Amino acid sequence: MHRSLVISFGFHIVIVILTVLSLPFIAKKPIDLPPLISIELIQITDKTNIPFAPKAKKIIEKIKKEKDTLVSEQAPPKKVKKENPKAVPSPDQKMKKIDEAKSEAIPLPEKKAKKVKMTEEKKQNPTKEDTKVKQVSEFEKEEIIDPNKIAALIDKSKKEIAETTKTTNRVTQSQDKNMNISGLTLSEEDALKAQIFGCWSIPLGLPYNENLLVKIKLKLQPDGSVIKTEILDHARMNKPGQGFYKVLAESALRAIQLCQPLRVPTTGYERWKDLQLNFDAREMLEG
Amino acid sequence: MKKIKYLIFILFITIPTKSFSLIEVDITRGNLNPLPIAVSPLSYNQESRSALEKELKIEDLGSEISKVIENNLKKSGLFNPLNKDAFLQKPDIAHLKPRFEDWALIKAQALLTGKVDLQDEKLRVEFRLWDVLAGKEMLALAFTTVPKNWRRVGHIITDKVYERLTGEKGYFDTRIIYVAEEGPKTKRIKKLAIMDQDGFNTKYLTLGKELVLTPRFNPTNQIVTYLSYFRNLPRVYILDIETGIQEVVGDFPGMTFAPRFSPDGKKIIMSFAKDGNSDIYTMDLENRIVERITNHPSIDTSPSYSPDGKYITFNSDRSGYQQIYVMRSDGSKTKRISFGNGLYGTPVWSPRGDLIAFTRLHRGKFYIGVMRTDGKGERLLTENYYQEAPSWSPNGRVIIFYRETKSGDQGEGFSATLWSIDLTGYNERLVETETDASDPSWSSLLSN
Repeated sequence: MHRSLVISFGFHIVIVILTVLSLPFIAKKPIDLPPLISIELIQITDKTNIPFAPKAKKIIEKIKKEKDTLVSEQAPPKKVKKENPKAVPSPDQKMKKIDEAKSEAIPLPEKKAKKVKMTEEKKQNPTKEDTKVKQVSEFEKEEIIDPNKIAALIDKSKKEIAETTKTTNRVTQSQDKNMNISGLTLSEEDALKAQIFGCWSIPLGLPYNENLLVKIKLKLQPDGSVIKTEILDHARMNKPGQGFYKVLAESALRAIQLCQPLRVPTTGYERWKDLQLNFDAREMLEG
Repeated sequence: MKKIKYLIFILFITIPTKSFSLIEVDITRGNLNPLPIAVSPLSYNQESRSALEKELKIEDLGSEISKVIENNLKKSGLFNPLNKDAFLQKPDIAHLKPRFEDWALIKAQALLTGKVDLQDEKLRVEFRLWDVLAGKEMLALAFTTVPKNWRRVGHIITDKVYERLTGEKGYFDTRIIYVAEEGPKTKRIKKLAIMDQDGFNTKYLTLGKELVLTPRFNPTNQIVTYLSYFRNLPRVYILDIETGIQEVVGDFPGMTFAPRFSPDGKKIIMSFAKDGNSDIYTMDLENRIVERITNHPSIDTSPSYSPDGKYITFNSDRSGYQQIYVMRSDGSKTKRISFGNGLYGTPVWSPRGDLIAFTRLHRGKFYIGVMRTDGKGERLLTENYYQEAPSWSPNGRVIIFYRETKSGDQGEGFSATLWSIDLTGYNERLVETETDASDPSWSSLLSN
């Protein structure tokens, strides 16, 4: 009786000491240190180009895929199978998936075609263009995130993986190149914008609540002087009741004339020799 | 054959697919500086110059007309007429073919040139508007009129230039009717007066024996309606400016006030007060039929039609405080649209139809403001000790109103002046008048 009391007492003391010692640790531990984020320093000049969002997503996905495939190359295929046991039932389906993966991996030409179409459509009816772009981009996003396809990609034998990685690599590289050469970098775009902001006298009499957006296509010389200007919705200029559009278009043309030569990048003439400026005064007129 | 096909195939797949998508840059900002415009003096030959000088006693009519135009453009706040001293090209040569480089050099973006002639006792004025930067003509017109009308020629040209460069109709060939005030505050003489929109050519329409108030233009012709006293009772009158004939509107057994024309000019809408209650009535000017529009024990007044004639805005104290309401023109579906603190009054529907201008009294200050016709988007344009009675320019872009200053017990230091402000709220200007002035009303364009 006495002994068991002592043992109980001893145990209790041990527990008390343990809690006293360990509690502060528990208390201290939850101090939330923000998770470390590794940062890669990249040369800005080539990469400040903020790409069309879906494209960026795509590239990120591609890089992820590459990483995934690398992992699966090194690791035994069993592991992969464990992760996705349902995904590999028969060789037929495998083939299908590869097909899917391939079609997923080489979407470039199609998308380009889409883009070209988009720009053409814009020319015809510029008013609807915004929504269309949004719709298309959402659609693309959905495609990219499709988990089945990623699963399919992961789920492959070595050879197939090697092949697809090669193709994907090639595609991503070429796409990367395209990315870099299409579009201006942020600083280049800012310089051009700032210049035109200064030249453009917004006609103050315009109503803010009308759909007034003037798109002008420019052909430029290497020194930034303008060879040709083309108003994309030119027909609207001389329609009755479109007086405000005409006024806005003329003010935009004046701004371009006044700003000549435009502040264009010193390099890469090929990529900006054709340039489209979208003049939109709504923001200014509302405020 | 197979080989060729194969070759074509190879060529096709090896052709570099590098294609550049068109770079788009969104320009969403610009400067809000007024457009620099060069108004070259109107040129003329020596013969018509001396003839005009003889007839009008004006030394250089060409530059006088260009001054009228310049002054108009400057007051609009949308244009910046450049100093003539900087002009490099002579007016007559510029009118034939401008050297655009010279005009671009002085930073002109638009150029106005013109020519005056006297042909068969008639003044012929032609003008051209040039886009300096594009190097092309934008507009070319000619007018013929009696020489005495030369100021109006200047206004009409301004209207054309304004319309071509802003996309909306001008408001320069217009007149303003107002109450000219003279004498000490306690013994004020009030006369009806009319002048050009730029303050010239003032004419007095009444002698000042009776008190006159709230003159309003008929939007379709040169008739005004106003409030005057008849047998010590305030009554609504109409006056034909061209013939000078005036008459009392309707035979109401009480006081009528706050008159205004309907957009088609065929009806007068006004308040009629009897036994301490005032409601809104209309009277058809052709068949003299009177219609009662509101029927409410509160004070309903200051009615104003929407430009399509389908709605009426007015102010009423039916909620306890004076606020602005909108109803259908038959008096149905009344809806309160102003909900801010203080009192709201004198609502006036914009000729463009999108806004209602009003006076607001809040914490002892008077504001002139605008709101959308559903009451949203209220913007106060200007604040002062005392100001009221907004009236729209015919294009719905500028508002004219009047201000009174604080005065002592004996009325000393009291003054009443006309002011204009545009919808941006920045371009506020004193409208110069020969005497003190109040209750302005803007006419529609005379040339239309």
